[in-house]
Amino acid sequence: MLMIEIIENKCDFCGTCVGVCPEDAIEVKEASITIDEDLCTNCAKCVWICPFEVLKFNKEGATNENKK
Amino acid sequence: MKIKNRYDVVVVGGGPAGSVAARYVAEAGLSVIILEKDRDIGYPVRCGEAVAHEGLEQFIDIDPKFISSYIDKFIMVDPTGQEVEFPLGGIKGYVLDRKIFDYELAKIAAKNGAEILTKAYVYGLIFKDGKVSGVKFEFQGEKYEIECDVVIGADGVESRVGRWGGLKTYVNFKEMESAASYTIANANIDPNALYFYFGENVAPQGYLWVFAKGNNSANVGIGIGGEIAKKKSALKYLDEFMETHFPNVQILTKVAGGVPCVPTLEKISAPGLILVGDAARQVNPLTGGGIYSAMVGGQVGGKIVAEAIKSRNLNHIFSYDKAWDERMGHRHKIFNNIKNSIYKFKDDKYINLANAINKIPKNERTFGKLFRTALINQPSLLIDVAKVFW
Repeated sequence: MLMIEIIENKCDFCGTCVGVCPEDAIEVKEASITIDEDLCTNCAKCVWICPFEVLKFNKEGATNENKK
Repeated sequence: MKIKNRYDVVVVGGGPAGSVAARYVAEAGLSVIILEKDRDIGYPVRCGEAVAHEGLEQFIDIDPKFISSYIDKFIMVDPTGQEVEFPLGGIKGYVLDRKIFDYELAKIAAKNGAEILTKAYVYGLIFKDGKVSGVKFEFQGEKYEIECDVVIGADGVESRVGRWGGLKTYVNFKEMESAASYTIANANIDPNALYFYFGENVAPQGYLWVFAKGNNSANVGIGIGGEIAKKKSALKYLDEFMETHFPNVQILTKVAGGVPCVPTLEKISAPGLILVGDAARQVNPLTGGGIYSAMVGGQVGGKIVAEAIKSRNLNHIFSYDKAWDERMGHRHKIFNNIKNSIYKFKDDKYINLANAINKIPKNERTFGKLFRTALINQPSLLIDVAKVFW
């Protein structure tokens, strides 16, 4: 279950999360961000590194639509 | 523009590393296309934009149109607010207008024959006989493929091209600097200075910069270590600084970013693929500066790729790792050692350092003296300092 929540309207699409993702689970395009639910291990490194607090850990399961 | 289905080289990413790489490939008479995912070359600007004259002039004629300000001094600010000025003895660097600068680099590549396509998102690589042989990309809602001899991954901190090609580009989050920056108007600062703020409360495991950007504007940004960012975000640190230092300014732009403050990746070439710039982690790990080193990476890589294709010996691209290491990579390892020590400094260490340097007459201050004073209790690092600072 994906537990990384994306607050997309806060995202600057800088891709810093992609650089620290051990699983290559995140895709950032010019103006979109998606997490591949199958690859993500909920390690939360993307949550920790995000400069703008776009990503949140939600143990109940992410409700965002930005899944692949 | 008609997109061909085969080029000698495909460059993924149109920043300084990509444009310089493409230029050297094109200059050798080979066909090359730059695929940039954003709609514009050079935008958004995720950068402090400062660069030394000495490095810049190797790649482009200095033109006022891409210079925001002329730098003749560094000002370090300790946790108490004490300033330590380092005069550079004249104009020794610039704060660029990256939007215009990146355009100019791309135009040089284009002048040499490189093709450029923006809004082209590379989502995968093509392989043939165990070698990277092309890219898959989306452009205006359509999917395309281009075959090539070599792919040059210049796709930045968010690089995925390297991973797809089997290179380990993943950065330990502790060594990624989480960064945020503003461009502000009405900044009342020295118009020829780069300010660096240090301290446990200001910018732990990193620094906060205020770079004069002409007409009273400034680039104000911060980079903090990943472990710090885990507890409090870069944006929160930056906003706290703004409240205390620039409460009444207008913010013109606000961007996020990451700076991989690590030595270059162990491997930056694979069959049919090389990485340049931030994608290869070619940032100077001590300063976080990446414009110059990205251009050097693009130059070294672009030339080797061109030689490999022209001599029909694609294995020649593997010599890029060593060529980069000799040109700059080995110095980055030393800078990284120094960084690892400085990042542990507590506030009192910064204050003592500022006091000590302020006792030296301004025109006798050097970075060698600064780092020797800072690392006086670590003899092994003093040798490193001697290797990289005069």
